[in-house]
Amino acid sequence: MSTKHVWITRDFLRCSGCRMCEIACSLSHEGRIWPDASRIRVFMYAPGIEFPHLCAQCHDYPCVEACPTKPKALSVDEKTGAIIVDREKCISCGNCIRACPGHVPFLHPKDNKATICDLCNGDPQCVKICREAGFDCLNVVTYDKGQGEALNYRVYARDPKAIAEGLTELMFGEKMEV
Amino acid sequence: MRGYAGKFAEIDLTNESVKEVRFDEATLRSYIGGRGLAAKILWDRLGEKWDQVDPLGPENILLLLSGPMTGFYPGGRLCISGKSPQSNGITGSTVAGEFAVELKCAGWDGLIITGKAKKPSYILVKDSTIEIRDAAHVWGKDGKQTLLKLSKEVREEFNKKYRERIWREPAMVYIGPAGENRCRVACVQAKWAHGAGYGGYGAVMGSKNLKAVLAEGTGPLPEVYDQAKMLELLDQVRKASIANDVWRRWGTGYLGYYVGNVQSSEPVKNWQEEWHDEKSFAVDQFESRVWAKRYWADFGCPTACEKLSVVRCGEFKGAITDNPDYETQAYMGTNLAVFTPEANVYLNSLIEDLGFCGIQVGNILGFAAELYQRGIISKEDLGGVELKWGDAKAFAKVAEMIAYRKGLGDILAEGTYRAAIKLGKMKGKDLLQYAVQAKGIGIGAHGIRSGLDYPQLHSYTCGAQGGDHTSVAYLPITHPSSEHTTILMDSGVYCMFNSFSVTPQFQIDFLNAVTGFNISFDEWYNVIAMRIIAIQRAALLIGGPDAKWFGTDINPPRFYEPLPTGPCKGKAPKPEDVEKMNKEYYKTVGWDEKGVPTSETLKKLGLSNVDTILKKKLGL
Repeated sequence: MSTKHVWITRDFLRCSGCRMCEIACSLSHEGRIWPDASRIRVFMYAPGIEFPHLCAQCHDYPCVEACPTKPKALSVDEKTGAIIVDREKCISCGNCIRACPGHVPFLHPKDNKATICDLCNGDPQCVKICREAGFDCLNVVTYDKGQGEALNYRVYARDPKAIAEGLTELMFGEKMEV
Repeated sequence: MRGYAGKFAEIDLTNESVKEVRFDEATLRSYIGGRGLAAKILWDRLGEKWDQVDPLGPENILLLLSGPMTGFYPGGRLCISGKSPQSNGITGSTVAGEFAVELKCAGWDGLIITGKAKKPSYILVKDSTIEIRDAAHVWGKDGKQTLLKLSKEVREEFNKKYRERIWREPAMVYIGPAGENRCRVACVQAKWAHGAGYGGYGAVMGSKNLKAVLAEGTGPLPEVYDQAKMLELLDQVRKASIANDVWRRWGTGYLGYYVGNVQSSEPVKNWQEEWHDEKSFAVDQFESRVWAKRYWADFGCPTACEKLSVVRCGEFKGAITDNPDYETQAYMGTNLAVFTPEANVYLNSLIEDLGFCGIQVGNILGFAAELYQRGIISKEDLGGVELKWGDAKAFAKVAEMIAYRKGLGDILAEGTYRAAIKLGKMKGKDLLQYAVQAKGIGIGAHGIRSGLDYPQLHSYTCGAQGGDHTSVAYLPITHPSSEHTTILMDSGVYCMFNSFSVTPQFQIDFLNAVTGFNISFDEWYNVIAMRIIAIQRAALLIGGPDAKWFGTDINPPRFYEPLPTGPCKGKAPKPEDVEKMNKEYYKTVGWDEKGVPTSETLKKLGLSNVDTILKKKLGL
């Protein structure tokens, strides 16, 4: 029997740069508006090419692999496929950040603990507000664990600079040094 | 104190020192933040010598201020102020973006920048650390290059230096060559196509050798007084804004055809006309030809009235700007008889690279073109440029002359009012009749002659910020268009375009939920807004060292010429009707027959000190 996991699609060209996703995420996880602690972060290396950067839940979870503690501070939520950080166990080593092909995780500004999108237990708050506003940059899809397109999602774990470079070409019709 | 980070940084560029400044709760409750607090700070520090202070001298103070509502209310903005090199008064000029949010997250409500740096510099705010750094390598660079270079340099430094992560770009405000060369029509820019234009603070930054200010804050926004209430109101204003389809779909861009064609209130050829029927310039043309991004927003904004415009082919290839919004469609379009979207986007992109306010430079370019049309200035005066209506490339050349103060550009860089006086003397003619400005500030693209647009006859004659179309004197003062209302946006520091779907009372409720100030509707309109306007009015009347405005509550002569074209042909206000409105407004806000705030009014507002200085300076 297959398990349905959750994935957040990201349509970069539809990102308005409003950062309401960051507001929703930080209110939900921190109880405050705290852009720098948001698990989804909007990058703007060049204005006009804002885009969200968040965990892609690679099917082989290199960040979990790289977590050195025993037992591991990072684990995979069986229900959603999200990565869950046990903050008590995290030693702030940064291995997960280095292991991630997109360097998506970060150390929390308050206590340096690894911080990664937990998919809000299957109901991501960032997606909700993005869709309510009609920007529709983010959406939720479900997939069969380890099957088909799931193997492809990991390509979205990409360095923001590479994403920005591609988008400047697409948006402005020429390369831009970002 | 809730809603505030709790401290301001005073940065002395002359002595390269930084210190903390705090305001007590009573002061913040009385002036809120942004524009209101700017009036308070400037008056306290410079009021006694106001007429002596050169806005472009080291004694001027540059303020970059957030407000308590910044970051919470949808649409984050930053308020920039100081003594204005356009009006010699105080303008609260706001610009959208993330800068003020980063500043608050770094623990600062604002920056008070004094003195003058010895060499080109930029300021970097990284949480509690503030540094003044060398900007030699970006001095002289255009807007887009400045932003890309500094932003990349600093975030890459953060990547090496701080907590392991990929750092985002810091937020940034900056100036282009126009600001560096102290053009009075230069703005302070953010992102691209975002500018604090009214007031001319780009020139103030340039006069201080300050190229840019960058901010990165890693903390949360401050705690608010009643978070549950604030979140409830936030949900309401978001939903209302999302339901407001016109602003979301077109931004202000749809006005480019509407205000001209339907309302006969859009500047055409330096306001010689205010009507046009150029469907080539209607919003659908922008939408289908240049909008590369349909929804472009700033912090927390569900409206996204900005659109990203890019010209991808043809003679204007490579031009990038926003919507363009209505004001710059008008001033970089209809006012110059430029009626094609690509040419309009090109001109906007160019003047943003040069560092101009689109309204102010469009006003002066229109003025120059009319002088050319009338044979008052020649091709030779313009260094060989034939400044014909509709020729975008010719206007681009003159804009460059202004930015670098070349030839006649040196005079035009002083702004329409001062250029009209200076050129008038040279040519032996009264050129103020072609200058469409109020109190030294080029008038926004909303005329009064047809009576169909929102400004009233006295809106620009009595406004605390002269020609600023976002801050107009209005009766009744509680109307949403009145500056008594928009001061709330400029002082709470959030975006007006998320205010159209809710009431002023709603916004006061939001302010109270964030701060706990418990300010009533009546107190806002009759005390707080009045107090802020009174200080701005006093500064404006005193003015100096050059322009002073006592006894000059007049519209530009052009506004009395009958409209020559369109369905409103023949319409123009009568001077005596304007005078009547002036008098009625004076009475409503407690000014005497000459437009001077009375002693009684000032005392009631707790401004006895303003009263003493004002009466002394005006010789009353």
